[in-house]
Amino acid sequence: MELEDIIKEENIVFKKTKLLNDKPLSYCPGCGHGTVHRILMETIEELGIDEQTIGIAPVGCAVMAYEFMEIDMQEAAHGRAPALATGIKRVYPNKYVFTYQGDGDLAAIGTAETMHCCNRGENILIIFINNGIYGMTGGQMAPTTLEGAKTSTSPYGRDVSTMGYPIRITELIAQLPAVRYVTRQSVHTPAAVRKAKAAIKKAFEYQAEGKQGTCFIEFLSNCNSGWKMSAVQANKWMEENTFKYYVPGDIKDNFKLLKNPVVEL
Amino acid sequence: MSELRLMKGNEALAEAAIRAGVDAYYGYPITPQSEVMEYLMAANPEKTTGMVVLQAESEVSSINMVYGAAGAGKMAMTSSSSPGVSLMQEGISYIAGAELPCVVVNVVRGGPGLGTIQPSQADYFQTVKGGGHGDYKLITLAPASVQEMSDFMRLAFELAFKYRNPAMILSDGAIGQMMEKVELFDPIPRRTDEEVAQQCPWATTGRKRGTQKRVITSLRLVASVQEEFNIKLQKKYKQIQENEVRCEMIGCEDAQFVIVAYGSSARTSMKAVELARKSGLRAGLLRPQTLWPFPTKELRSLAERGVQGFLSVEMSAGQMVEDVRLAVNGRSRVEHFGRMGGVIASPLDIFEALKQFAAGEKKLF
Amino acid sequence: MNGEFMNEEIIIAGFGGQGVLSMGKILAYSGLMQGLEVSWMPSYGPEMRGGTANVTVILSTERISSPILTAFDTAIILNQQSLDKFENTVKPGGLLIYDPNGISRPPERTDLRIYSVEASKTANEKNMHKIFNMIVLGGYLKVKPVVSLDFIEAGLKKSLPERHHKLIPANLEGVKLGGEIINRVN
Repeated sequence: MELEDIIKEENIVFKKTKLLNDKPLSYCPGCGHGTVHRILMETIEELGIDEQTIGIAPVGCAVMAYEFMEIDMQEAAHGRAPALATGIKRVYPNKYVFTYQGDGDLAAIGTAETMHCCNRGENILIIFINNGIYGMTGGQMAPTTLEGAKTSTSPYGRDVSTMGYPIRITELIAQLPAVRYVTRQSVHTPAAVRKAKAAIKKAFEYQAEGKQGTCFIEFLSNCNSGWKMSAVQANKWMEENTFKYYVPGDIKDNFKLLKNPVVEL
Repeated sequence: MSELRLMKGNEALAEAAIRAGVDAYYGYPITPQSEVMEYLMAANPEKTTGMVVLQAESEVSSINMVYGAAGAGKMAMTSSSSPGVSLMQEGISYIAGAELPCVVVNVVRGGPGLGTIQPSQADYFQTVKGGGHGDYKLITLAPASVQEMSDFMRLAFELAFKYRNPAMILSDGAIGQMMEKVELFDPIPRRTDEEVAQQCPWATTGRKRGTQKRVITSLRLVASVQEEFNIKLQKKYKQIQENEVRCEMIGCEDAQFVIVAYGSSARTSMKAVELARKSGLRAGLLRPQTLWPFPTKELRSLAERGVQGFLSVEMSAGQMVEDVRLAVNGRSRVEHFGRMGGVIASPLDIFEALKQFAAGEKKLF
Repeated sequence: MNGEFMNEEIIIAGFGGQGVLSMGKILAYSGLMQGLEVSWMPSYGPEMRGGTANVTVILSTERISSPILTAFDTAIILNQQSLDKFENTVKPGGLLIYDPNGISRPPERTDLRIYSVEASKTANEKNMHKIFNMIVLGGYLKVKPVVSLDFIEAGLKKSLPERHHKLIPANLEGVKLGGEIINRVN
């Protein structure tokens, strides 16, 4: 059997979405960004909403997300993505708008924009990549860095008495009445990826209903280069440490806080 | 039919925004321009033209909402006063770097810092010399009457879209708070989404299959690419300088001394020129309506014609006077006169200063 | 006005709440309806909170240069602080109108035409508090008929929200009354 004979539609087991191009991703191997990019673009393609979708890239590791995603996109200043998204969604209420932000962008410099966007219940999707560190600038402490974790700006470990506590912004967001759907996901195993993709799909379906209500999905990711581990070690460390503080699972659905919140506040 | 009304400058500006077919106003309250959003909220244009009016959580957020809507091809604007406009500088730089059309209104008050809520013109440098980071320019219109608050709203959007560049309306507390007769222009219908997509092929309105995606960004990591972009921007700015200078000249034909003033200072100076003429002093007024591009050629030709001196009258420590000096380039005397901190120089004060200037005095305040 | 040049520069000053700004607005709007150039420049900001309020109104047959002035053809004064502040800003030969209510030191200048209008007292007697400022305006217009009464009515229509239009006859009554009670002092 020749190679050409195998390349047939019926033999396809995996096909990259058309909404991601062939440019090599600028992310470190093993980082969660690439996987989230893929399932986000796959979902948009599967829902057939690519012609009506506008994405907002952040400042941080995903600053060049628009280089890889083959949809119309805008690049925001650091932390301002939810303001851009608001600006767009208000003048195009029938289009789909999402932001894609890291922990520094969303939970430090852009806290006000994030909170107030969610408090107005802008009918958009916020994608929040939490890897507990500033990856792009070279491994500084993030608002989400765990207690005791060593980074280049907390070289003796995060001391909560002077540096504050790792912020569970996702749980804070969930308290806002205009927020519709809040979930914490990860993409470190195939099973987690499947669940994560279903969450994205649900968020866009909610957005399609055109009602007020922000959808907010946190993705826990490793930052193996920032954490100075191999990708495999980093994922294991994440399961053993990060998941205890930032517990994965749904926090709010269809405006209802779930009966057993996954994290006690 | 156009309509005559007695309106505050801030109200005329807001009404003109609705009539100009603006798609979105995003703002944050600050004195002395809160009437702009108040007027818009009360008029509720969402019900009539479909214009969105939204109170943001900060000036930082409102300018970035403007960025988003402008990047999607819509006519978006914000308004604020000095401290708020300082907060917007980041966003304005990004908007200039992404070559987006929008309108920002600054109803200037005295500074620095929290300063005063009284009128000032101390934000001239911030507006025409940068403000935010990077080599960029704002098309800057300076209304001197309530009528111009209305007319320049439409003009600012025209110029912003013509050149894909942010435009600033640099007003002040006096022009914002005073009432005058205004002839409102007939409403222009807001563009449909289809018209926006057609007129702004660069805008992110959703990528149609089989076409190139659109990206709105000010990020160009490779130095040579960034430089190429800077050169392109500078070419655009040169074109604007050649085509878009606007100014009014009163009594300059035979003037020995010319006052250069904009905004409410131009109004008090106009009266000072009247007083000077009555006293036998041949004075004139050059009133820039665009501060950038600046009426450099017009000033130069007056200097070449033999005007003996130019007095820049501003509510600041002397900012525009630098551009007057550059234009006159040593051909005639140039001095500054003005008050600061929200204090307005009266027509009599200006007339006195002009007399002293004509007599050869240098230090005028 | 028969095409004659006219330029009237007025300061109206009193306590906040006396209707100083709205009187100025009605006068300006009436002038506009009559075809004049007009401007209305208020004092604004903290000094307005409970303190004094003043507004500069200019009516002119020609383009108005400065809406901000330090010398006036007419001063309409409604309290002592305003009299102290503005008496010396009236041009020689100009007009000063004041309500004597609460005035402990009457105007002293001898080079002005000075009139008093007992608007506060009259409004009290006739239970016309809400149109106190219209009585003052009426007094002024009697002395200087820069705008005709027909246009005052048109100006009121434009200045007042529709739901208050039923009050226009009472306002005009106040204007008429003001014309009757104004008196030359010097």
